[in-house]
Amino acid sequence: MYVYQEYDQRLLEERVAQYRDQTRRFLANELSEDEFLALRLQNGLYIQRYAPMLRISVPYGLLASRQLRRLAHIVRTYDKGFCHVSTRQNIQLNWPCVEEVPDILAELADVQMHAIQTSGNCIRNITTDELAGVNPKEIEDPRPWCEIIRQWSTFNPEFAYLPRKFKIAVNAVPDADPALIGVHDIGVQIVHNASGETGFQVWAGGGLGRTPMTGAVIGEFVPWQDLLAYLESILRVYNKYGNRDNKYKARIKILVKALGAEKYRELVEQEFAELKGGEMTLTSEEVARIKGCFTAPDYQNQNTADLESKLAENKAFSRWYHTNTRAHKQHGYRAVTLTLKRTGRVPGDISDEQLEAVADLADQYSFGELRNSHQQNMVLSDVAANDLYDLWKALDGLGFATPNLGLLTDIVACPGGDLCALANAKSIPIAESIQRRFDDVDYVHDLGPLDLNISGCMNACGHHHIGHIGILGVDKKGKEFYQVTLGGRGDKLSRVGEKMGPSFESDEITDVVEKIIKLYVEKRLENEPFIDTYERIGMDPFKERIYG
Amino acid sequence: MGKVIIDRAIVDNQWQRLEGDALDAELPGGKIIVPLAYWQAHRDALLSRGDVAVWLAPGEEPKDLEDDLGTLPLVAIHFPAFKDGRGYSYARELRTRYHFKGEVRATGDVLRDQLFYMTRCGFNAFEVREDRSIEEALESLKDFSVTYQGDVNEPRPLYRRS
Repeated sequence: MYVYQEYDQRLLEERVAQYRDQTRRFLANELSEDEFLALRLQNGLYIQRYAPMLRISVPYGLLASRQLRRLAHIVRTYDKGFCHVSTRQNIQLNWPCVEEVPDILAELADVQMHAIQTSGNCIRNITTDELAGVNPKEIEDPRPWCEIIRQWSTFNPEFAYLPRKFKIAVNAVPDADPALIGVHDIGVQIVHNASGETGFQVWAGGGLGRTPMTGAVIGEFVPWQDLLAYLESILRVYNKYGNRDNKYKARIKILVKALGAEKYRELVEQEFAELKGGEMTLTSEEVARIKGCFTAPDYQNQNTADLESKLAENKAFSRWYHTNTRAHKQHGYRAVTLTLKRTGRVPGDISDEQLEAVADLADQYSFGELRNSHQQNMVLSDVAANDLYDLWKALDGLGFATPNLGLLTDIVACPGGDLCALANAKSIPIAESIQRRFDDVDYVHDLGPLDLNISGCMNACGHHHIGHIGILGVDKKGKEFYQVTLGGRGDKLSRVGEKMGPSFESDEITDVVEKIIKLYVEKRLENEPFIDTYERIGMDPFKERIYG
Repeated sequence: MGKVIIDRAIVDNQWQRLEGDALDAELPGGKIIVPLAYWQAHRDALLSRGDVAVWLAPGEEPKDLEDDLGTLPLVAIHFPAFKDGRGYSYARELRTRYHFKGEVRATGDVLRDQLFYMTRCGFNAFEVREDRSIEEALESLKDFSVTYQGDVNEPRPLYRRS
């Protein structure tokens, strides 16, 4: 992973000192609520329903074991002993206190972590495929480009007070979208031209939230040298012309839609003409330096015979292997997902002791590194075939081996009304109720791949728009209701789901999901996944079944 | 006259920013900063008077002043609210697109926690909000010794500097 230089560390320490002083001034009434709001948000601190929420940045989801141990220490010391993996690969604390946040930041800075720009109207954490660097389908490792963008965006002086938040994701897999670039403010698709040179297809104007839409291609092929100049051009146009009167119309997607992609591209090209070839142009030395931080670990030749026999004799192990581990670039290795989705557990939550146990497993089995996924799971990306059985045993003991990756019960859910001040409705109990209803593992496996996403409000932190089945909490005269969308997808190219009809009360929603599933089972062709059946038969049969 | 930070020093403010009713009556003597629309309407008279600068509100871009940037001594960029970040791009444009060499001044809701960013975007003068300490604001320019990106004062990104 990226290794800090002296200056990276100094920058973090200066940031901690600055934020400590900002907090002091706020507590001494030298800063108004409104002034402090913008400052604390740029540092990931929300004031929530019961307590503040601190969002800690995990650049492109990558964590080292010593960082996991420090997180464990922090959640034990400053919180209630657990934290939460977010849908943008970050870590959230739900119960820190405002006064102690500077101390938390100092603890994080010790292990090269921070909360810079995890909220607020600025450029947020850069995200990517959780299998970056090991995915056999990627055309190159996206992480060096993520890091290059991270450094450019960190404390970028011109883009700290944008009209609204701004999210960038990078994808290196052709014909699939594991980083969800289609629904990001900017999506960067790594491509190679006919001469094999690296460049980027740059999308802009995607996003979920209140007005979900997929982005448009603004730059067809941006040579790698020009990546930052091109991103800066897109940001400058947005900073000048994005709507600042109405926060619901302030995202770049609204501007791109209003101007049209053609016009937006024209404005970007004007800015870009000035920057192209200038000091922002990336050099091969710098790219090589950053790439040098993401070299492959010391893989060994693996004999997989042992694994084959274990798979043949142990059905539970085999099921876990086929569900929760994925193919790897390196022969004899697998990427293992720790599903943080056991029934009865808040999706994405992990305790201090579990963090420490996972850190040990990362050291023992995966070269000391771990990734957060946007589906709120964790991934040990480099596990040798012959270690899989022992790892499975260990994960089973921790409750992280539930064999449901990518299945109905691998539910993505925001913290919702139990914790979040923005939420209109709870999401955690809905997730649990659905998991309890579908407690037959064989049945869930028979249903095949199925993304179910729950958001407690329009802000769509649970990514409900891209769930094959999406559930959105809405408020109707003070009562919690749930709206269902079908046909969203974030697996291939992103697509926003379609509303099924009127919303449901909380005690109806699990029955509704069950009816949807039953109809799918009746209608599916052999081996046809839910989303394909939906795309074949359309919304009407589902509507009829539910409302008819 | 209040104080203003210019080029990292606290000095007397010699410029008076005018808006609203102040523009209906006879203009005061001394150095004045007028709104863009007023400048455009009275350009010739103001040029002959001298000691006049222009301020831009959010939505008014440097290109609206393109023909005058060779002669204007000062352009102020007004922040009705500190959260409106358009002025950062305007300052940058003044410096890097139009190569404006005069004073670029931030006025309005100008607070210490934004000053470091503003400096990097090309502002060299700050009318810090009156209820806040201008001395502390000046100190804040020392908050950071590290910057990753190039900026108006140092166009090279960190990795190109050594």
